[in-house]
Amino acid sequence: MTATQPAAAPGTGTEATEAPGAALAPSGSRKPGGDARETLYFALRNPKVVIGSVVVLAFLLLGLLGPLFLKNAPMDYAGPPMAPPSADFPFGTTTFGQDVFAQFVAGLRSTFLVGLLGGGVAAVIGMAIGFVAGYRGGLIDELLNMLTNVVLVIPGFVVLIIINAYLGVRSVPMQALYIGVFSWPWVARAVRAQTLSLRSRDFIDLARLSGVGVGTILRREVAPNMYSYLFMTFVLLFGGSILTAASLDFIGLGPTNAMSLGLMMNQAVQWSALHLGLWWWFIPPGLGITLIVGSLYIMNVGLDEVFNPKLREM
Amino acid sequence: MLTIEALDKVYKTGTFGTSDLHAVRKVSLDVQRGEVVSLIGESGSGKSTIGKMVLHLLDSTGGSITFDGRDVTRLGFRARRDYYRKVQGVFQDPFSSFNPIFKVDRTFETLRRSYFPRVSGAAWREKLEEALGAVSLEPGDTLGKFPHQLSGGQLQRLLIARALLLDIELLVADEIISMLDASTRIDVLNLLGELKGRGLGILFVTHDLSLGNYVSDRVVILYKGRVVERGATAAVFDDPLHPYTRDLLASVPHLDRTWEEVEAEESARSARLAGRCLYHEALAAQGRALGDEVAAGNTPADDVGLVEHAPGHFVGCFRKAADEECPAGV
Repeated sequence: MTATQPAAAPGTGTEATEAPGAALAPSGSRKPGGDARETLYFALRNPKVVIGSVVVLAFLLLGLLGPLFLKNAPMDYAGPPMAPPSADFPFGTTTFGQDVFAQFVAGLRSTFLVGLLGGGVAAVIGMAIGFVAGYRGGLIDELLNMLTNVVLVIPGFVVLIIINAYLGVRSVPMQALYIGVFSWPWVARAVRAQTLSLRSRDFIDLARLSGVGVGTILRREVAPNMYSYLFMTFVLLFGGSILTAASLDFIGLGPTNAMSLGLMMNQAVQWSALHLGLWWWFIPPGLGITLIVGSLYIMNVGLDEVFNPKLREM
Repeated sequence: MLTIEALDKVYKTGTFGTSDLHAVRKVSLDVQRGEVVSLIGESGSGKSTIGKMVLHLLDSTGGSITFDGRDVTRLGFRARRDYYRKVQGVFQDPFSSFNPIFKVDRTFETLRRSYFPRVSGAAWREKLEEALGAVSLEPGDTLGKFPHQLSGGQLQRLLIARALLLDIELLVADEIISMLDASTRIDVLNLLGELKGRGLGILFVTHDLSLGNYVSDRVVILYKGRVVERGATAAVFDDPLHPYTRDLLASVPHLDRTWEEVEAEESARSARLAGRCLYHEALAAQGRALGDEVAAGNTPADDVGLVEHAPGHFVGCFRKAADEECPAGV
């Protein structure tokens, strides 16, 4: 969001020390891919980005590759009931002797799926509507705004309950899709507001004077100013989708044929894991969700510095 | 080359667009090749709006803008692309003219991708350096930098260089000097003079009278969206007729004259023109020549036309705002 601040320090930067990026790609021999390479360079130099992405990628890899190395399926009654963490069962077992680690790894998969799909659907719809409404203005803006407001006042969670209950949706992707379809309005409003303020800037007019079309202007001039904001939006949607899915799981409207981190916590609560002291049942899924969403937040703060050259230390 | 006829711009304001705001009223002017025409007026006089309409960044409400005989008021995407090959603009605020998160090169790259996709990298580089040379910038000092690392004058000249990359015939310069300090100001002004010599037509939008006087061949004085006076620069500045123009000129300090002299001259002129309106006098004279019918007052109250007081020197009704009474009481 800081990316939209107008430049306010005329001429003070000329004597600033040469940026490391400029040394990497001297202006004399600039290649078309120079900007992307430079962004990557600054991204890899930023500890927040590196730490955040390492954590997220580690969980993603665990979710993707973990099941290949496990001998127990998540729902198998594989071991002794209520066993604490041990060499055989790194996260212990449930009241029924199910392997918590196997459940955790399977849950990571569906959690990433819900987050990516739900967050992705909401981000695509919200950004498309926000960009078009903000840039075109006029009647298109009014119509899209009306649609946004209508969806905004619909109590999304209640609708999700009804959809899940009546349509009997019991698969993770469908759940993610429905979550996505009802969580975009605030994105559309926020993106529209940012686009409106960017549209009146002179560089947009200058791009129009360069004879480029609306799509190109939105993609190359408007969106880059909001990259960190758009990424943050996605992070929020990602986390929101995971939490909504967990809530649905909790009230018994979750997937019946899959495991998720939300479902794990739900079952832990249902079988009084807290009172029985089975901390290994609910701590891993809770910590997993917290770490994934938290790392994405930290990554977002770092990316803000990467995308906005004025925030870089130089 | 560029002809504007009775150009109008009306904004809908208020709740549900119930009231109108006339930003530009029936403005007519023209710009020829190798000529600088200044649009002079205070904030809110509609001068930038006219510039934006010429650049097709704003839609006009009425009237026409023709470029080389072609109406450019309503252009499709392709036609507009072709139009921008000939007509370019430079805006007031150089800092907001560059996308703050990209290096300044990107502005040129956008132009290249759009208009010169087949030009090779080396040829483009040469063209770019030539254009930068024309605005006396060192490519090494400016390219590869972010906008916040450059000064306003450098950015403004980069923007002019950008316009020069296309083979333009008309440049709309919207307050391009206002943000510059005195030392860079003269460079840009001289650059404009040089461009004029190369046959470029320049529509120079400014609120600064002395700049208008310095660079332009003809001036158009705007007040509240209406042209109150226009003509050759020398004619308008030596013999301002409209009360607004007189006020404006009287408020500018002169290097060679004291305030008392200016005051005295202005009060003499005011006394001579007090209670008169050259526009309606001329209309009445015309009416007498044509017959009583016209003299009987066929001119509507909101008349925004101009009469030719002296050859090439036009003046409008002497009232100031559009809804005021004419001082001559017509």
